[in-house]
Amino acid sequence: MSTTEKTATGIGPVEGESLYNVDNPAPYIEAPRKRTKKTPKSTRGNFEMAAWLFMRLSGVVLVVLVIGHLLIQLVLDGGVSKIGFAFVAGRWASPFWQVWDLLMLWLAMLHGANGLRTVINDYAERANTRLWLKGLLYTATVFTILLGTLVIFTFDPNIR
Amino acid sequence: MATPVMDKVEAESAASPYITVTFRVRRFNPEISAEATWEDFQLEIDPKERVLDGLHKIKWDLDGTLTFRRSCAHGICGSDAMRINGKNRLACKTLIKDINPEKPITVEPIKGLTVLKDLVVDMEPFFQAYRDVMPFLITKDTNEPTRERFQTAEDRERFDDTTKCILCAACTSSCPVFWNDGQYFGPAAIVNAHRFIFDSRDEAGEQRLEILNDKDGVWRCRTTFNCTDACPRGIEVTKAIAEVKKALITRRF
Repeated sequence: MSTTEKTATGIGPVEGESLYNVDNPAPYIEAPRKRTKKTPKSTRGNFEMAAWLFMRLSGVVLVVLVIGHLLIQLVLDGGVSKIGFAFVAGRWASPFWQVWDLLMLWLAMLHGANGLRTVINDYAERANTRLWLKGLLYTATVFTILLGTLVIFTFDPNIR
Repeated sequence: MATPVMDKVEAESAASPYITVTFRVRRFNPEISAEATWEDFQLEIDPKERVLDGLHKIKWDLDGTLTFRRSCAHGICGSDAMRINGKNRLACKTLIKDINPEKPITVEPIKGLTVLKDLVVDMEPFFQAYRDVMPFLITKDTNEPTRERFQTAEDRERFDDTTKCILCAACTSSCPVFWNDGQYFGPAAIVNAHRFIFDSRDEAGEQRLEILNDKDGVWRCRTTFNCTDACPRGIEVTKAIAEVKKALITRRF
């Protein structure tokens, strides 16, 4: 009744040559989630919950900050052509815009860094790859946040 | 009287319900090769039959070495979850006619778990995560079945959706976060924790929430809805996970 076309055979010698035997056992691979001596006692804590909440809350605030920022910089009052040293100096003379930009810098950097952290956790397969990628990420984040904060607070409009 | 009966038999055989379907099955036998390969089987089968019937035909008539799990064959035991045409389904609940039999039907083992042979995977990590959430009734005073534990219809309704789980692993093995390192608890474990967390008779909800507050707990869920799409029982898995997240947050703040 039925015919079969095979691209490869599924039948092999039942007692064929094996790479491993009693004296040379196959390497043992630990199953995921298995409890071993190396398994940490507890990986529980509120950090992941705080990170999850932060993503939602900072996202909502960033929508307002970033859209406002883009409107002011690119659309209103002459658009992008008005931006120059004098424009930035004029805005940062007011504490309101200093706080706005500082908040946007911190929230956007932490939001993006946390997002990339989860991407690395989800996609990097080896512990070493994770370690290096996250090290690079945290270094870049801290550097950018500190540099930006420094500029916002020490900006001198009379610089020569 | 005999003539019409003969006619009817001939008419039936003329209009044969059988069609020819190609089953493209992912074969793996570690005793032969470390590589998994695709193998094609041509079958004469009624399109109203199920993918599981096709696999039975292959195993019983064509190639007895084909290995797969199935027990009840009626969508309740949860043994035969597999990736059919790229989607996690139960082979015993999928009709041939519903998955375009004109093209080859691909059948693979579920992803994210170690393949042992052909369509059989090692379910141990899956059940370890299940055991970790303590899927049994816990009460403070006594666990002895001394009297019936009453519950209102509304209280029962609260977790009704998550009682439907049959532990087939279709959801967990469709989750991209689980595919990476298999450390994430997975949708199935969270669904079964949800079933007890929201049960008014159970008193260890706090304990279970604490377990799922793990680094690899509910917070690794990316709400991709793969689990909800894959569930052969129609459980709103992503919603259940979101309810556990909400319970964790409202409990702390």
